[in-house]
Amino acid sequence: MMTKSIASFLLGTALAVTTAGAAFAQDKTVKIGALSDQSGLYADLGGPGSTLAAQMAIEDSGLAAKGWKIDIISGDHQNKPDIGTAIARQWFDVDKIDIIVDVPNSGVALAVNNIVKEKNGVYVNSGAATSDLTNAQCSPNTVHWTYDTYMLAHTTGQALVKAGGDSWFFLTADYAFGAALERDTTAVVTANGGKVVGGVKHPLNTPDFSSFLLQAQASKAKIIGLANAGGDTTNTIKQAAEFGIVKGGQKLAALLLFLTDIKAIGLETAQGLNFTETFYWDMNDQTRAFSKRFAEKMKSNAPPTMVQAGVYAGVRHYFKALEALGGNPHDGAKVVEKMKSMPTEDDLFGKGEIQPNGRTIHNAYLFEVKKPSESKGPWDFYKLVGTVPGDQAFTPLSESKCALLKK
Amino acid sequence: MQALYAQLLVGLINGSFYALLSLGLAVIFGMLNIINFAHGALYMMGAFVAYFLLNNDYLSIGYWPALIVAPIVVGIFGMILERTMLQWLTGLDHLYGLLLTFGIALIVQGVFQNYFGSSGLPYAIPDQLKGGMNLGFMFLPVYRGWVVIFSLVVCIATWFLIEKTRLGAYLRAATENPTLVRAFGVNVPRMITLTYGLGVGLAALAGVLSAPINQVRPLMGADLIIVVFAVVVIGGMGSIMGSIITGFALGVIEGLTKYFYPEASNTVVFVLMVLVLLVKPTGLTGRAA
Repeated sequence: MMTKSIASFLLGTALAVTTAGAAFAQDKTVKIGALSDQSGLYADLGGPGSTLAAQMAIEDSGLAAKGWKIDIISGDHQNKPDIGTAIARQWFDVDKIDIIVDVPNSGVALAVNNIVKEKNGVYVNSGAATSDLTNAQCSPNTVHWTYDTYMLAHTTGQALVKAGGDSWFFLTADYAFGAALERDTTAVVTANGGKVVGGVKHPLNTPDFSSFLLQAQASKAKIIGLANAGGDTTNTIKQAAEFGIVKGGQKLAALLLFLTDIKAIGLETAQGLNFTETFYWDMNDQTRAFSKRFAEKMKSNAPPTMVQAGVYAGVRHYFKALEALGGNPHDGAKVVEKMKSMPTEDDLFGKGEIQPNGRTIHNAYLFEVKKPSESKGPWDFYKLVGTVPGDQAFTPLSESKCALLKK
Repeated sequence: MQALYAQLLVGLINGSFYALLSLGLAVIFGMLNIINFAHGALYMMGAFVAYFLLNNDYLSIGYWPALIVAPIVVGIFGMILERTMLQWLTGLDHLYGLLLTFGIALIVQGVFQNYFGSSGLPYAIPDQLKGGMNLGFMFLPVYRGWVVIFSLVVCIATWFLIEKTRLGAYLRAATENPTLVRAFGVNVPRMITLTYGLGVGLAALAGVLSAPINQVRPLMGADLIIVVFAVVVIGGMGSIMGSIITGFALGVIEGLTKYFYPEASNTVVFVLMVLVLLVKPTGLTGRAA
């Protein structure tokens, strides 16, 4: 893998040098870096599956047959912003990559956002949640696919407040993501006449939540909002069941849940939970066909999560922009501008668009976790209960503080 | 005040796991002089064995038998490790054992992660221990109460076995002077292998106990092992009673931190470790080497 990518890199530079005199637009080499948590608590929702999704995007684009030379490398940021930025710098400076994809963990994602802008690369983020990527910290080099905290707050959060859940207590992961999700959800709760009665910030990757759950129980809030993700969320939900939280009349709001989380919790405990995603493998024939191909290549035979689906769709759209440009200009801002000017359309997310602030707009779906008796297969977990059109789910441009909108 | 009682109890529950794990470490260190960094991985294996026993195509073995079977299976795995690798390190610097067991832990975790991913597998609470009771100041899940009582019993039984029985006396003597004990006709290498198996079995037992509470996932031990080592260092390396008491005590202190200043809950143990080392470098109950 490594020697192969070095060889192709040398070949790529050689090509670039020989063609530099003629025109950049002739250059048909692309190098993708898939940066993710490869082994920690977010590895199953992104990780190796995201790299696979990017690879499938390369294959499905058919660009190789048209003379394009596309390479992919992957890296493990270990959920640490310093490691993430070091890898990103090395990729741009030494490996000469064009685009970074995936990057779950909002803390790492925001740090990498700055590097990509500085190096004028392309950043298609699918894994991170923070809405700041396309709001206060937006960048001309960034496209944020799949989901964000604003969307989660305005779908799951809003639905729960409207159903009578007007007092909230937050269990929040103590880093950029948790803070953003709590902030955006609090805004929705108060705007709809509810109030937040308290909250507790827990360290990332906490094995035992009983202490925090007791505090949530004592708060008497109607809704316990989980502003955490991955293993933290699954542990919270499991242990909340143990402490009889839901039986006691309080409701859990799992603001961010992934397919792999439901698998880890088990339907017995997870049944009835309401949450929002923008992709589910069992939506229609196209998603099923893609997911089947994907699962066959995964070691765990798991269908794609929405993050992995977002990586695929984002990379496909990136290729469309490159094709429209007639070659790779190796100018991130220019490519992203092209991506924004073209409507998005793919098998996984359907039709959509990329707003000037870099936010991809597509439908969001409210799901409910099935009862064990309703599930017909190993990954048959969701029941669709509602669809929120993209323009209602994501930040309206009028509310965005993105500097790109002020031109 | 009610909240405080609840947090104390929750702390005791977590302390049970710390105590069980640090007990195994203390047994292994005290008797074999090995700093067993593979302990977390073996704890994880215990949980996975319980999962496999229940979820396979042939026979479905539930929680109760798993409490016995899993520690035996993992204990045998540990004894194979001891026979094939660890025994060759006798007499060498601690560092060698530490590096070897650390490497084993990484390999075991890597293999499990490769096959099962990182998010974990569900393991249900056994029917007999479902539900909970209202204690007035908190709702105590029956299973958690069971964990506290069961680990206390196991901890005290282990302490009794090593400190108060003839077998334990042989063991301690073999640690002091293996040659002499051998001269009395005791098979010292076999005893050491069995002791390692016992320590490992304790880790696996803690793994089975934690399976219904936490996710059964490859890194469940890696997240815990550093804290447990801090517990052992605070309690005094190799001290059986010290590690039991410190395990429970630190669980309680951590629980209180989660209540008063949650942001510091995963560092408080290490702060305490630094303080203890500054004042009493041998740990609270340790004797000078």
